[in-house]
Order: sequence, then structure tokens, then C-alpha cells
Amino acid sequence: MAAHTSQSVAKAAGDDVENDVAARGRSRRTDSDSGNRGGARGGKGASGLRRAVGTHWYAWAMVAPVVLVLGVIIGWPLVRGVYLSLTDATERNVSRTIGARHIEATYEFVGLDNYVAVLGDPVFLQRLVWTVVWTVACVSITFTLGLVLANMLNRDFRGRAAYRMALILPWAVPGFVSVFAWRFLFNRDNGILNKILDGGGIAAIPWLDDPTWAKFSVVAVNVWLGVPFMMVALLGGLQSIPGELYEAAEMDGASAWQRFRHITLPGLRTVSMTVILLSTIWTFNMFPVIFLLTRGGPGDSTEILVTQAFREAFVSSPRDFAGSATWGVLILALLMIFALVYRRSLRKQGEVW
Amino acid sequence: MSTAKTARTATAARPRGSRSPLASVSLHGTLVVAAVIAVFPVLWIVLTSLKPAKHAVTTDFVKEPTLSNYTYLLEQSHFLSWFANSVLVAGITTVLGVFIAATTGYAVSRFKFPGMKPLMWTLLITQMFPMAILIVPLYNLMGDLGLLNQPLGLIITYLTIAVPFCAWMMKGFFDTIPVEIDESGRVDGLNPFGTFWRLILPLAKPGLAVTGFYAFITAWGEVAYASAFMVGEENLTLAGGLQTFVTQYTSNWGAMSAASVLIAIPAAIFFVFAQRHLVAGMTAGATKG
Repeated sequence: MAAHTSQSVAKAAGDDVENDVAARGRSRRTDSDSGNRGGARGGKGASGLRRAVGTHWYAWAMVAPVVLVLGVIIGWPLVRGVYLSLTDATERNVSRTIGARHIEATYEFVGLDNYVAVLGDPVFLQRLVWTVVWTVACVSITFTLGLVLANMLNRDFRGRAAYRMALILPWAVPGFVSVFAWRFLFNRDNGILNKILDGGGIAAIPWLDDPTWAKFSVVAVNVWLGVPFMMVALLGGLQSIPGELYEAAEMDGASAWQRFRHITLPGLRTVSMTVILLSTIWTFNMFPVIFLLTRGGPGDSTEILVTQAFREAFVSSPRDFAGSATWGVLILALLMIFALVYRRSLRKQGEVW
Repeated sequence: MSTAKTARTATAARPRGSRSPLASVSLHGTLVVAAVIAVFPVLWIVLTSLKPAKHAVTTDFVKEPTLSNYTYLLEQSHFLSWFANSVLVAGITTVLGVFIAATTGYAVSRFKFPGMKPLMWTLLITQMFPMAILIVPLYNLMGDLGLLNQPLGLIITYLTIAVPFCAWMMKGFFDTIPVEIDESGRVDGLNPFGTFWRLILPLAKPGLAVTGFYAFITAWGEVAYASAFMVGEENLTLAGGLQTFVTQYTSNWGAMSAASVLIAIPAAIFFVFAQRHLVAGMTAGATKG
């Protein structure tokens, strides 16, 4: 059963390059069409609308479930989250039911007070700086290691499949399980890492108990978790670069470095752009690694923006719902700005995305 | 596995010049180190799970191997109810997510219609939503509806992640099915729904399976909502349950490692077989937007 599935999956997912070209052609066509239509539609009244419904009703019917679901379980909470960030809601004044008694909400609208408070607090800048450092460190190290390993695995040599299996393993284990495994390895008194160091005559390192080491540890674990995906994605990209390019370059006497610089890197552009964007967003929001490994500690030294928002609402007492919502809105705003800047810089380089 | 084979022969056919012994040694050396770093933590947990509790924190590889951690886990902890909760929540989330999102993936892959661009953007943006922005409103909402501590509440919450993601990924798979098939269906007199249901959906089954698997492991591994919405030993999912073994005050590493093994092994086996297609699907959805 499993074998059968994976085989047919191979068929559907195969011929990637071809499909890539076809799909891109299609999406470009869509873009230009929608532009034209937008121009032509202006000025038409109810009859235009009726015609639009006539032509597009089946498409609209097909997307209706998702639009409905998105509206109810994402749109509404999102609006409500923004609203909460403008109030003074805490666990003491929201509506709640104790036994059979229902208590109405008593929180009040306070305008931008929460934002003033959060942005005026040095804690925000501290969290922001560490979140950016954490994201940049994790993504750049993960990408570099993934690229190196993908290039190695793309060669032909004995044992390649075995190395590949081994290197993918961290990705196959559910994240929270891996994080607990690392917590065990990092244990100050009993962890295997310190025991090994001890065997080499090196004093125990307080992996998770010292602010600097804790930062090092969370980055290390996140890199460990992230490299396999990066490696597999880049390996796919490498395999889609035509071998003739390398042949031709070799004929022209290009060195290995020159081939890497002028064929491999440009050939990996599309894949790289995608995985860097994805992993930047994932890392920025990487809750489990920090929450499960250090709980943001020691103190608050490894707390990133997302765990801070969680802490406000679910760890600290009294639970500060408004404060948490404010952090949430700020995180979302930062990510949107990042996505826009990223997209603009891609456009400048002539990349269609 | 045909792709694998062609890719490999292509690489083999590429003349790369022969490697010097030194290059060969450094290649294997680097890969061995990387493989050890990748495998060791997992292996160590497996070994620890087989040690009696008193040896859990020793460096001995295996001393007096025993299954006592596993029997403790299955008989004296809530592991089985956590496992059942996780399967229930992740399973229903997956089925609903794939079911709701399938037609949307098809529509945005095939039709040009007003509202398509904003919809695509919404699907993309919601995927990078931090849970931080939704978690408080959803928590309050679930509280009002009496769904805290209920699997249903968590399922509804996970749909906020699964639906946009499934729709986006399925679009990628539908894109790989030639439009000619739709056209032939149209010629035979099928309407768009008939084409989708009778022709495209059967062809897209593998894609749906991959999407579903991804949705499943996302829900299976989710920590933040699960930690906030579920309390009380029996109601936890695995992500929450595992936390109870190693808290500030207790550290039952034996039970923790045994639980880790039971959670990870089925996932890992399936994953290793499916990973090639998982990446193809994910990057397809992302690059073909």
C-alpha cells in the first residue's frame, strides 16, 4: 500500500522542470489577463455583474468553502485580536463562565495605550534585536550548511543513499520530540554532551543555564532541525540544472569554484529565494524550539517576540490578553513589512513572484 | 521512483573529472561527521528508552536493557489517551482541511476569476501569520463556546493553519495536471464540477495524499495552541503530554525517551519514504504562485 502510493506520487510530482515551466507560463497569462479585465470592467453596471456571475459562478462556488472558513476562523479572530489590542482586557475582566454564572466582559477601549506602552518599553527593542539576530543566524547557518551538504550529496559516490537517509532523519522526527531529546543532551549535570566534555577534561558547560550559552544552544537546535529541509530542497534544485552547462564550462577550462559561482548559484536562484523566504518566516515565528528548550530563559534572555506574546497571555499572571494581542499585531506588521521589502527586492532583480 | 533513477543517471553521466584521494577523504569525512550529528541525538534517545530508570542519565550505551520504560508509559501514564487525542485532532483536521480546500486549489489553478488575486494573497499571507495574533481571540472564543479542553476546539483552531496551507499546496499539484484533460472532459459534456470530480480528482490523489500527510504532521507537532488550550492530564495531546515528564520539578527522562520513540518511529518511517515528494509539493506550491 505504502509502496504503491509513493510510486504514484512520484509520477505526479515528477518531471518537475517541465511542469515548472508550464505552470509559470500559465500564471503569467493569468496575470496579464486579469489586468486587461480590470481595465475593461470599469464603467459597466449591473449587466456586467450579472455576466460576471454567469461566467464565474462555478469558480466562486468552488472557492466559497475556503472563503467562508477563512472569514469565520481567521478573519473574525484577526479583527477581534486587533480590537483587543486597543482595550485593557485581562483574564479578570473578559467575559467568562464560572459554574452556571456568566460574567459579562468589563474591559474598556483604551486606544493606542498598549502600543505606547509596548513600544516605549526597552523590552520590546531587546526582544526585537534578539529575534532578528536569531532569525538571521539560524537562516544563514542553515542555508550554508544545507548548500554544502546538498552539493556533496549531488555527486556520485558510494554510500550516497545511506548518507542521505541519515541526514534527513532530524526532519522526520516531530519537532517537539527532537527538542526534548536535545534538552536531555544539554542537561547540565547529566547530559551526554557535558559527560563527553568531561571525558576530554573540559569543565561542564551550562548549556541552558547561561544566557549566552542558551542563545547558542537554541540556535544550534534550530539549525539541526532546519538543515534537512534546506538540503533536500536545494538538492532538488541542483538536480534540475542541466549537466551540459557543467560540461561546457569544463571544456572552457572553468575551475570548480567558477562552475559553482557561475552555474550552480544562478541555477539555484528560484529554489533559494523560496526556501530563504519560507525559513525566515518559520524561524521568526519558531515557537516550539524556544518554548520547550528554555521557556525563554534563563531569565528572559532567549525570549523571541512570539514566545513573549504567548507569555503575556498564558504564562504571566494575571494573563494580559490585550498586551498579548498588541505583541501579536506588532509581529504581524513586522512580517508584512518584511514580505513587502523582500518581494520588492526580488522584483528589482527581475524575478517574478 | 522513476524520477530518482533519471536524476541519478543524469548525474552519473555528467563528467566531473575524477576525484583525488584527498578530496574523497574530505568528502566522506565531512559527511560522516554530519551524519553522526544528525543521527546521534535520535539514537541516544532510543538507547535511553531501553535503559532502566537508574541508568537513564549514564553514558553507558546499553546496560541491562529493559522495556520497563515502555510498560510504565503504557500502563501508568496517560500516554495512550494523549496519543488518541493527537490522532483524533490531527486526523480530523487533515480530513476537513483537505476536503474544504480541494475545490479551491482546483479553482485557482484552472480559472481566472475576479477575486482570485486577493484570494491567493490571503492564502499566502495567512500562512505566515504568527499564532500570536490569533491565539488570544481564539482562546476567548473557545472559552465562550465551552470548547476549551475539547478536541473539537483544537480541531477548529488547527483548521486556521491547515486550510490555507492545503489550498496553496493543492494548487501546486493541480498545476502539474495538463489542462488538456479538462478540455477533453468539457468536450465530452462535463461541467466544471464534473470535470473536477470525475477526471482531475482521481489523477490528483497522490497530491492529496501528500498534502494530507503534511497537514497531519503539522497538526501532530503543533505546540503553542495545544499547550494553551488543553489542560488536565487526560486532555493533553502528545506535545503537551511530553512536557509533563520533564518539568521544573520532575525529570522522568526514561518515560520521556520511551514516549519520544513511540511518537517518532512511525512518523519517521513514513517520512523517509515520502520526503522526496513532500519537498516537490512544497516548493511547487511556493514557486508557482
